[in-house]
Amino acid sequence: MALLTALMCAGAFAYSVQLDRGLAATGMHDHVSWGFYISNFAFLVGVAAAAVILVMPTYILHDVDFKQAVLIGEAVAVSAVLMAIAFVVVDVGGPARLWHALPVIGLLNFPRSLLAWDILVLNGYLALNFAIPLYLLYSRYCGRTPDKKKYVPFVLLSIAWAVSLHLVTAFLFAGLPARPYWNSSLLGPRFLATAFTAGPALIILILLGIRRFTEFPVSENTIQKLAMVVTVAAQVCCVMTTSEIFTETYRTTHHSHSAKYLFFGLHGYNRLVPWIWTSIGLLFAATATLSIHRLRRHPAMLAACCLALFGAVEIEKGMGTIIPGFIPEPWGKIHEYAPTWVEFVVGAGIAAMGAFVFTVLAKVAIAVELGYMSQRVEPEAALSTIDAR
Amino acid sequence: MRTDLVQILNTVMDRRAAIAVGGAAIAGAATAAAAGLDALNPFASTESREASRIEWQQYFQANYRVMTEEEKQESLARLERFHELRNGTRIEVSGAEPRANVLFGYAFNVSKCRGYMDCVRACIRENNQDRKSGMAYIRIHEHKKGDFDFEKADDNFFHEVPAAGHFYLGTQCFHCQNPPCVDVCPVKATWMEPDGIVVVDYNWCIGCRYCMAACPYDARRFNWAEPEVPQDELSPNQHYLGNRLRSKGVVEKCTFCIQRSREGKSPACVEACPTGARIFGNLLDPNSEIRWVLANKKVFRLKEDLGTDPKFWYFMD
Repeated sequence: MALLTALMCAGAFAYSVQLDRGLAATGMHDHVSWGFYISNFAFLVGVAAAAVILVMPTYILHDVDFKQAVLIGEAVAVSAVLMAIAFVVVDVGGPARLWHALPVIGLLNFPRSLLAWDILVLNGYLALNFAIPLYLLYSRYCGRTPDKKKYVPFVLLSIAWAVSLHLVTAFLFAGLPARPYWNSSLLGPRFLATAFTAGPALIILILLGIRRFTEFPVSENTIQKLAMVVTVAAQVCCVMTTSEIFTETYRTTHHSHSAKYLFFGLHGYNRLVPWIWTSIGLLFAATATLSIHRLRRHPAMLAACCLALFGAVEIEKGMGTIIPGFIPEPWGKIHEYAPTWVEFVVGAGIAAMGAFVFTVLAKVAIAVELGYMSQRVEPEAALSTIDAR
Repeated sequence: MRTDLVQILNTVMDRRAAIAVGGAAIAGAATAAAAGLDALNPFASTESREASRIEWQQYFQANYRVMTEEEKQESLARLERFHELRNGTRIEVSGAEPRANVLFGYAFNVSKCRGYMDCVRACIRENNQDRKSGMAYIRIHEHKKGDFDFEKADDNFFHEVPAAGHFYLGTQCFHCQNPPCVDVCPVKATWMEPDGIVVVDYNWCIGCRYCMAACPYDARRFNWAEPEVPQDELSPNQHYLGNRLRSKGVVEKCTFCIQRSREGKSPACVEACPTGARIFGNLLDPNSEIRWVLANKKVFRLKEDLGTDPKFWYFMD
């Protein structure tokens, strides 16, 4: 926690430099006008949306294996959404003016602007994922059984919300004919497939850690079911990547120049090429490994593959999706982009903030679930709690 | 002192809720509070207190489009006074409204342009663009004869023009009748005026740059740092939606020189062009030069497949 606080302080310092000098402190310019921040935003929205993969079976299919992991999944969602919002806030030129987007006193361009949609769905998702576990844990804390009528409708809503959250984020980019690389109907489904790869992969890594370092019971069944989800989603990602590479390279048009720049370099500019092939290599290798049952059931192998997939998607969302959309610029010129130290340190600060929030939420959730934390109860109520268990 | 306080409180009263809500507003409140505190500081000079009060009032002012006539006049007066307090010189900031039955359009004669770049220089000067970053609304592309591919054109040439075997073509904001940039703005800080000019309220823009991603013509520019314009080169006749000074963190663009065109003059680029390649006028006036070009020349527009409907045509003699 001390390390996280130190990182957050470093991030705050870097952000103060950016506020003072303006966004000129970043590597962005008029041609690549979104960079590291918006890339991370798009990636983290996906991680947040993937929490739904745990919520759905728990509440709808009453799958007990997922039940133990669901609170952790929701804690991941809350911290990922907070990080995503933070990445948008640090990206805007006038953070003090963000009240212009508030209802009543501001002037939100809803429903025309997809960014207005995103502001609404992000905050709504945050509220849902905060409120549902809060209610469940508080009931547990008081020794009551949660009332299904009170929370199941919101759970259903949050599931639909998660899918639309990431679709809306994809539409933010896909709705721009000015950027042919994004203006594709594959972008939305691809955002979902990568999200359902990276999100549960992260949750598996966290659950493996929790199982090792706390008493919280995480069954092998939970991990294996999640691993199955990751595997299938990663296989879909492989199909989509292949499909994209084929379409963009078989008959190259002006509209394929971004993809050409990304995968092979264009007119001698090739800064992103090593990154994207690293990402594709990790994706295909990890997917192949996970597709073999015996290897997937090996904990160390599973952890390595999850880490590889998380990294592969992070690279693919940032350097493989957002940045090449701007290269070449609308009149065909190439101006490359590289983040500056300010962007990296601000990003590290935001990541630390997310890890901090997650740690606090997970610690409380685990403590309450294990029964270390509860309201002092009358003997009768205590008995009924025990009965309920 | 007391009147200062009363004025500040009165201004803020109706929008005070802004301070109370959300994390964003906290950051905002801090900025505003700094300005506000300075306005209340009894040791600060009268001028600096007044300047701080103006900043405070500007922070809470509404989107230009929803302002009442009175609020518009106040915001124009604030801009003029603020400039005087900070620089000691007078500027005039107009809020001239669009005239009835006017829709502005532009035509570019590819045969006549020789790449002299006088339009670019005039535009930078007229519109008080940042000198430090070398901002320019207009790009002149030098094409090899026989090749219309923009990717192969040179937009950054430093040699004698016109170069043999080349032709020249300028791009800028095309003031699309169906502008994608306006659709995407999350806070309605940019819009198309009734006379067809796409404008930005620099005090309302939050600097998210979604409009820059949405523009297929590279028409928009962002102030990555605090813009710098030498005082002796400042154009003092300004318009709220046009060439008034911007601050860092906001988007700006060509406004067909709204400060000139609404006074019946041509944009600076049209006036500066030594070859007469640039033609500007009212599309609704059947006797205008632009209408003559559209009726008598074989005109075309760029990236028409995107459905943006630009009010900017190209033609050849």
